[in-house]
Amino acid sequence: MMEQHAEVISMAEQRAARDARDSGATRDGVSDRPRCQASTAADRPCRNYATDGPLCRVHAVQQGERPTPSDASPPDEGPVEHARRQGRDDAAAPAGGGSGDPAGAGSRAGSGDDGSSDATAGDAYERIAEEVRRRGWRMAIDGLAALDAVDSDALAEELSTLAGFLRRRLTGDYDIDDFGFDEDLTTNLLMPLVRPLHRHYWRVASHGVEHLPADGGGLVVANHAGTLPLDAIIARLDIFDQTGRHARELGADLVFRTPFIGEWARKTGATLASGNDADRLLTAGELVAVWPEGFKGLGKPWKDRYKLQRFGRGGFVATALRAQVPIVPTAIVGSEEIYPMIYDLRLLARALGVPYFPIVAQMFAVPVFGPLALLPLPSKWVIEYGEPIDTTAFGPEAADDPMTVFDLTDRVRDTIQNMLHRNLMGRRSVFL
Amino acid sequence: MTDARRVLITGIAGRLAGQLARALEQRDDILEIVGVDVREPQHDLRRTEFVRADVRNPLVGRVIEASAIDTVVHLSTVATPRAAGGRSRMKESNVIGAMQLLAACQQAPTVERFVLKSSAAVYGSAHTDPVSFRERSVPDATPRQGYGQDVAEIEGYVRAFGRRRKDVDVTILRFANFLGGQADGAFQSLFNLPVVPSVLGFDPRLQFVHEDDAVQVLERVTSGDHPGIYNVAGDGVLYLSQCIRLAGRVAAPVPLPFVSAVASGVRRSGRADVTMDQLRFLQFGRVVDTTRMRTRLGIEPRYSTRQAFEDFVRRRRVRGVVAREEVVRWERELYDFLQRKGQDRFLHAQRDGG
Repeated sequence: MMEQHAEVISMAEQRAARDARDSGATRDGVSDRPRCQASTAADRPCRNYATDGPLCRVHAVQQGERPTPSDASPPDEGPVEHARRQGRDDAAAPAGGGSGDPAGAGSRAGSGDDGSSDATAGDAYERIAEEVRRRGWRMAIDGLAALDAVDSDALAEELSTLAGFLRRRLTGDYDIDDFGFDEDLTTNLLMPLVRPLHRHYWRVASHGVEHLPADGGGLVVANHAGTLPLDAIIARLDIFDQTGRHARELGADLVFRTPFIGEWARKTGATLASGNDADRLLTAGELVAVWPEGFKGLGKPWKDRYKLQRFGRGGFVATALRAQVPIVPTAIVGSEEIYPMIYDLRLLARALGVPYFPIVAQMFAVPVFGPLALLPLPSKWVIEYGEPIDTTAFGPEAADDPMTVFDLTDRVRDTIQNMLHRNLMGRRSVFL
Repeated sequence: MTDARRVLITGIAGRLAGQLARALEQRDDILEIVGVDVREPQHDLRRTEFVRADVRNPLVGRVIEASAIDTVVHLSTVATPRAAGGRSRMKESNVIGAMQLLAACQQAPTVERFVLKSSAAVYGSAHTDPVSFRERSVPDATPRQGYGQDVAEIEGYVRAFGRRRKDVDVTILRFANFLGGQADGAFQSLFNLPVVPSVLGFDPRLQFVHEDDAVQVLERVTSGDHPGIYNVAGDGVLYLSQCIRLAGRVAAPVPLPFVSAVASGVRRSGRADVTMDQLRFLQFGRVVDTTRMRTRLGIEPRYSTRQAFEDFVRRRRVRGVVAREEVVRWERELYDFLQRKGQDRFLHAQRDGG
């Protein structure tokens, strides 16, 4: 913007003006255009040329008088330059604090879509430029000072925590366990990212937290639904927020074969749902979470919602028996409604090698709302942790007794189904 | 069993073998050390006798007989095709070499102990892998190509040899990836490239073993009586992405469909020996359980996986794009600044209050 004003007063004109003032006489011939009649901050006469009115552009802005749109915006300005400048203006405006008007003008200009927008934008730009010129960079400093005064200790704390996290991530200075669980990343980055979904989007209410073991091994068994395994992520976060313990998920082998998903599953502490890995986790005293319905539960049609599917072969019960840890049946209500699955394109799924290929209700809204429609629906979630089932009564050798394993599997399944029904009866509506 | 031992080491020109020979030379209970290789060893060896021969050469059998060798340490398995001069020659030298050596040992009545340097590559690498392989766990898919296949076949022959000669104690050591030496050079050559290639969307869990620990383990099983199979690895696990960050390098993720094309390009350029069997390793990695090594061999690795890697970075002077000291310095400066600000504020508050 400074260059622009430099164009207005060329060096030759400036010299001429100075000469004129020094000699005390007015020389004609340099230019006969009228000069601005206002005086500058230093109480000298303004030497800018006047625009249509008696004032130059700078003073016209100061006095609230708008110059004509024609010369407000430089004609050779490309759209990119314009956009860039616009962005700079918008970014600069909030830092000003006091300069609300230019910010408003800037955003107004940004929303314009016809030919005149360029002019208004130029106008806003002028005004902001003037503001910057008048107050210098003080306002940016003022903004920082204001931020500093808000809660400086907390801010400093946050900043140093963030810097520590960044340093650890940049230099690889963090530890992972044998399973590949990256606790630093999970607690400090991923969980804070998911927390708004948990708190504000699905407004999860959880009951029976006291049933989760405070220490030592435990097996959380929950229902699985919602086309995408978001319920696993949310339940995991809920358990962490309620008890401070990381529940280690057991995932199907497809999860670990898939790019990105497998990588992130491992980093967040999930491992393959095999007896070997689960035994190791439970004997190490970890809390393990399992969704025994697997893909049968995730990819079930809308009409079967909240109907528990078959619970695999009861491998999870055998694992809990071997490790002699309590089983916590858990019901998650609300996850069924996030992606109502209307149809399953089985042939396509088989061709792609995936367990199901869902047609969800949101897909029909895509022509109207665009990809935004594919967001999960904001249903209200309730997570209930049920009474733990003690496995020590059966003894570790019961893991090899198929009858006990089947009985216990059925018991867990019935418990979860009853909890689901009870919570479904209790809820006012799907979304509230 | 006699206390004093006569040891034959194959592949003596290798770095690991050289260090093992040096360690054994220090011991009084090792009477004689014979090294066999096609190349002259460059190490500073004093007592070790050197026999220039291929393992496939019948001369080896005569050496075993003439020196009354009682312990054979087989270290000459090559990990990368380039070291052997092509994949088919690598297979020839690895598998046929081991067979010939075993045949020679079977003929020699003096042999009491056979130590094989194998690799954790026998477990293969797959998404269905357990979190860590125990010695007895059988992988879903045994490696069907490359180094993994070679070591799996060699192990098979060695076990068969152990069944035929029941009086011979067979020890198989399955090492995790070496860093620093020439022993298992395939992985570390990735860090020779300007950017470290990885597979997009996959981050393998890796384990390393430091040479010093490997020598310690080899020395223990050569001089003591420890038949069986042992996994050897440093404590802890690193992700490939973490290794890249520790080394201050930049990753170049390659999408899965293009991985083999990129790998063959890299191989042809001659800057790194990336083989096809390693690509699966770069996807899924591999972790082994070292409980048996600790309890049966009584060995605590001096270097954890991470220390082994950091030592490798230091010794090889792997040049980083992101300097660790810089990052640490930035952080410290920020801390200092915040602390100064805090003190200023505190002083202000004091003055205002007082």
